[in-house]
Amino acid sequence: MIYRENGQFKVNYRSDQQIFPIAQDRMFIFGLLAFAFVVVPMLSSDYMLKAILIPFLILSLAAIGVNILVGYCGQISLGSGAFMAVGAYMAYNVFVRIDGMPLIIALLSGGFFATIVGVIFGIPSLRVKGLYLAVATLAAQFFCDWAFSRISWFTNNNSSGSVAVSNLEVLGWSINTPVDKYLFCLGFVSVFALLAKNLVRSAIGRQWMAIRDMDVAAAVIGIRPVYAKLTAFAVSSFIVGVAGALWGFVHLGSWEPLAFSIDRSFQLLFVVIIGGLGSIMGSFMGAAFIVILPVFLNQALPLVGSLFGVTVSIAMISHAEFMIFGALIVWFLIAEPHGLAKLWSIGKQKLRLWPFPH
Amino acid sequence: MMRSKTLLAGALTALALATAGMQTQALAQAKVQFFPSLTGRTGPVAPNATPFANGYWDYMKLVNARGGINGVMTLVEECETAYATDRGVECYERLKGKHGGATVIQPLSTGITFALTEKVPADKIPMITSGYGRSDSADGMVFKWNFPLIGHYWVAGDTVIQHIANKEGGWAKLKGKKIAVGYHDSPFGRELLPILQERAKRHGFTLQLLPIPAPGVEQKAIWLQVRQQRPDWVILQTWGIMTPTAIREAVAVGYPMDKVIGTWWSGAEPDLRDVGAAARGYSAVMMQHGSEKNSEVVKEILSRIHDKGQGTGPRAEVGDVLYMRGVVGAMLAVEGVFRAQERYGKGQVMTGEQARWGYENLSIGRARLGQLGFTGVLSPIQTSCADHMGSAWARVHTWDGTKFNWSSDWLQGDEAIMRPMVTASADGYAKEKKIARRPEADCKS
Amino acid sequence: MGFFFETLIGGLMAGVLYSLVALGFVLIFKASGVFNFAQGAMVLFAALAMARFSEWMPALLGFESKLLANLIAFAFAAICMFAMAWVVERLVLRPLVNQEGVTLLMATLGVTYFLDGFGQTIFGSAVYKIDIGMPKEPIFLLKSVFEGGILINKEDLYAAIIAAGLVAALTVFFQKTPTGRALRAVADDHQAAQSIGIPLNRMWVIVWCVAGVTALVAGMIWGSKIGVQFSLSTVALKALPVIILGGLTSVPGAIIGGLLIGVGEKLSEVYIGPMLGGGIEIWFSYVLALLVLLVRPQGLFGEKIIDRV
Repeated sequence: MIYRENGQFKVNYRSDQQIFPIAQDRMFIFGLLAFAFVVVPMLSSDYMLKAILIPFLILSLAAIGVNILVGYCGQISLGSGAFMAVGAYMAYNVFVRIDGMPLIIALLSGGFFATIVGVIFGIPSLRVKGLYLAVATLAAQFFCDWAFSRISWFTNNNSSGSVAVSNLEVLGWSINTPVDKYLFCLGFVSVFALLAKNLVRSAIGRQWMAIRDMDVAAAVIGIRPVYAKLTAFAVSSFIVGVAGALWGFVHLGSWEPLAFSIDRSFQLLFVVIIGGLGSIMGSFMGAAFIVILPVFLNQALPLVGSLFGVTVSIAMISHAEFMIFGALIVWFLIAEPHGLAKLWSIGKQKLRLWPFPH
Repeated sequence: MMRSKTLLAGALTALALATAGMQTQALAQAKVQFFPSLTGRTGPVAPNATPFANGYWDYMKLVNARGGINGVMTLVEECETAYATDRGVECYERLKGKHGGATVIQPLSTGITFALTEKVPADKIPMITSGYGRSDSADGMVFKWNFPLIGHYWVAGDTVIQHIANKEGGWAKLKGKKIAVGYHDSPFGRELLPILQERAKRHGFTLQLLPIPAPGVEQKAIWLQVRQQRPDWVILQTWGIMTPTAIREAVAVGYPMDKVIGTWWSGAEPDLRDVGAAARGYSAVMMQHGSEKNSEVVKEILSRIHDKGQGTGPRAEVGDVLYMRGVVGAMLAVEGVFRAQERYGKGQVMTGEQARWGYENLSIGRARLGQLGFTGVLSPIQTSCADHMGSAWARVHTWDGTKFNWSSDWLQGDEAIMRPMVTASADGYAKEKKIARRPEADCKS
Repeated sequence: MGFFFETLIGGLMAGVLYSLVALGFVLIFKASGVFNFAQGAMVLFAALAMARFSEWMPALLGFESKLLANLIAFAFAAICMFAMAWVVERLVLRPLVNQEGVTLLMATLGVTYFLDGFGQTIFGSAVYKIDIGMPKEPIFLLKSVFEGGILINKEDLYAAIIAAGLVAALTVFFQKTPTGRALRAVADDHQAAQSIGIPLNRMWVIVWCVAGVTALVAGMIWGSKIGVQFSLSTVALKALPVIILGGLTSVPGAIIGGLLIGVGEKLSEVYIGPMLGGGIEIWFSYVLALLVLLVRPQGLFGEKIIDRV
C-alpha cells in the first residue's frame, strides 16, 4: 500500500537506470542520510560514537571492499587485514614524512599503495581457485604482518614499532571530538558506497559477476579473466586500504601491526558473509551485527545472569561471547545463507504487497 | 516460521542498540573511589594476567577492610581485554566515566599503553604502567599523565646486564662476549632493546637479536640458532605461553639454564611450574618484589579477605609473583589517592586530576611501607614532577625446581645512562606530537 | 655442515608435527568436502580434555599410576571428541548440505569460536600439563664426525614414531576395513556412494570422529611439548601451508607436505632469517606453498581440479 510503484512513470533512460528507481526508496535513503548526518550526532553519547558508530562505519567501508572481491568477483581472500595495514601504514608515512600533506590525500594515497600490494598478491588468483586461493592470500597477511614489524622505515624508525597520529584537520576543520570523527568517516563512507554501487552496476561489475558465476564460460564469451580479477583485487584493495587508514587515523589514533592481524581478516569475512555476499547494503548490515554483538553481550549477559541469580565472572562473559558469537554465525548460515541483505530484500518484497497477502 | 524468527532478531537488535547506548548511572552518588581493572583473564596471556587481576582486587578489598582511603571506599570493576589493544581501548572508553569517573587506569599491556597515551591527557585520567609501557614516560615533564612507577623496561635491561657483569666478574669481562635476546615481536618486546644496545656499545659485547613472533608456540628455529651461535647468555623478554615454550626449547637444545635470564614478566610461577626441575637455574630479574608468601600484607589479605571467603582468586596463588605485582599496583594506586587527599581534602573522593598530583608527589618511606605490610618487599618510593618512575631498584631470583630463591643483591638501574636516553626519547615524542615540555610552574599546580 | 644436518633433522621433526595437525584437515575434506577451519580448536579442545582428565581422574578415582591416568584421560578425551563430532555433524553439517564452500568454511569458523569458548569454560584458561613421559633431553649423534655432534630432540623423535604409527593405523583403516572403504567411496563421489546405500550422515560422523582422534593425538604431542593453553590452536595456522602444498585431498600429501614445509621453514629461518631480521618462518612457508601452487594449482598430490562448464 505504501511501498508501491503505482503512478511512477519513467520518461527517460536516465531515470530508469537510477540506483533507487522507486520514489519511496529514494525518500528512505535521503531520510537515512539526513538522520545519520544531523540527528545521530545530536542524540548519541561519546561512548556510542567512539565505540560503536565509528567502528561500524569503518568496518562497513572495509566490508564493501571485501564484498567486491569475494561477493561480486568470487575470489575468496583472507588477506584483507594485510591490505588494511598497508593502507594505514602508507597513509601514516605519507602524512608524517611530507610536511603539510592534506589528510584526505594521505588517506587516499594509503589506498593507492594498498592497490599495488593487492594486485601483486592477486596474481595467484589467475592460477589458483577457491579454497586454495583463500589460503594463498594468507601469505599476504603474514608477509605484511612481518614487514610492518621488521622494516623500521614503515614505522618512521620508531623503536617500539607502534605509531601514532594526531592533529587531524581538513581545510581548517579540526577533527578532534567524536562528533567530528563520526562525520568525517560518514562522509568517506557515503562517497565510497555510492562509487562502489555504481561500479558494480556498470560493465566492469557485470564482468566480475560473470567471473564469479562461471569463469570458464565468461572467458569463452570474451571477458578477459586477467583484467576482471586483477581489477577486482585493485578496487577492493583500494577501498580496504582507505578503510584501514581511517581505522588507524580516526578510530585507533595509535596502532601496531597486531591491530591488523588475521583476526581482522576473519572478522571482515564474517561481516561480508553475514551481511550477504554481493550486496552493498549487506556490508552495512553485517558490520552493524559484528560491532554491536560483543558490546550487547557484554551488557546483557550479567543482566541475564542476575535474572537467574548467577553472578557471571568476567572470564565467563568473554567465553560466553565467543560461544554465542560462534553459535550465531552457524545459526545464521543455516537460517539464511544469503545473509541479512536477503532478509532485507524479502522484507521489501513483502512490503510491496502489504497489506494484501499475494 | 522464518518471519517470526526475523522479527525476533529485529527486536533483539533494537534492544541491543538501546542497551548499548545506555549509560548506567548510579542514582545516589555514593562516596566511592573507582578503580577500573583491565584484565587478561582469557586469551594468550591468561595464566599470567589472571593472578595480577586477582591481586589487584584483593588489595582493594583489603583497603576497604582497613577503613577505606580515609573513609572513602574503593570500587573495582573489571573489563576483559584478552591482551588485545582494540578491546583494551574499548574497555577504557566504556569504564572511564562510570561511578563518578575513573581514578587511574592500569592497562597491563604495552600495546594498550601506547594507544591510551594519546587519550588520557584529554580525558584527564592518570595512567600507571608499573614495570611496562613506554620507558620514556619516566620523563614527567613531557608525559604529564603517564607513571611507570617503580620501574620500566630500561631498568630491567640495565639490571640484567649488571647481573650478568657481576656473574662474569666485572664490566671488563663483558668485552667480546655474545648475548642473545629472545623477545616478543611487539612493542612490549622491542622496548627492552635500546638499553641493551647502549650497554653493548659501552662494554663491547655483541647483541644477537632473536624476535619471536607472537604467540610463540613454535620456537625451534630460534633455539637452533642459539645452539649454533652459542651465545654466552640468553635474555628473555617474553610473556604468556612464549616463556615456558622458550624454556622447554632451551632444555631441548641443551642450552644451560643458568645462562638464561628473563625479565620481570618472564619469570613467574605459571611459566615454570610445569617445566619443573628441568628449568633449575633459570633466573629472572624482578622489579623489587618476588614471591612474597611470608610478607605481612599477604598474611593480612589471607586473614581479612580470604578467610572470610571474599578472595578474588584461589587461596594457593596469594603471594605468588604476579599476584604480588597486582597487589603492588593496587597499593601504588591507592597511595596516590591518599597523597592527593592530603592536599585536596581528607575523606573526599578524588578526581583523576587530583589523583595525578598525588602520583606525582608520592613519598612512600620505610615507615609507611611497614604500616602497609610491605617490609622486605619494596624499597622507598619517591616521585617528582620530572621523575615519574620513583625508584629503580631490582633483584634477581632463581628457580630451584619448585620455587624461586633470591640470588642477587639489590641492583639499581644506572640513571646516568638511562636518564639521557629517557629525555632524548621523550623529546622525540614531544617534537612528533608538537607538544612542549611542561614549564616548571606547572609542577606546583 | 653438522649444523646444516641438525637444522634439516629439526625441520623434518617439526614437519611431522605439522602433518599431524594437517591430517585432520585432509581427512575431513576428503570425505565431506568441508574445509574444517575448526581443526585448530579441536586440537586445543582435545588437549585440554586430556590434560584436565589426567588431573581429575586420579583424584576422583583415587589411584596413583600415571600411565593409568594417561590412558583413562585419553579414553575420556576421545569420547569427548566423538560427542563433539556427532553434535557438529547433526547441528552444523547436516543443515548446510549442498551449500557453497565458502559458507561451509564460515560455518567451521563459527564452530572454532564456539569450541574456543566452550573448551575454556569447561576446562579453564590456565596453562595445563600433559605428561606422557616424553624425555626432554637431547641426544647427540656422530660426535666424532661433527664437532659437538648432531642434536636430535628425543621428544620429537618419539613424536615422529607416534605419527608414523598413526598414519599406518589410518592406512590400514582406510584400506582394509569396510568402513574405511565406504569412506573412500564417499570421498570419491557423494551421489554414487549414496546410490549404493552408504549412509552419508553416518559416514560424516565417523570421519569427524577419526579427525577428532587425530586431533587428540596431535594435541597430546603438542601439549606435551609446549604445555596446553589457548594459544595451542594457532598451530593450525602453521599446518595450512602443509595442506595446500600437499593437496587438500591427499593423506600422503599431508605427510610429505609437512616434511617439506618443516624443512623449508627451519632452513629459511636459520640461513635467510638473520639477513632479513628474523621471524620470517611463518610467511616463508606460505610463500613456498604459494609458489608450488602457481606451478601445480592442486598441490603436489591433490586431485586435478576439473571445471565443468
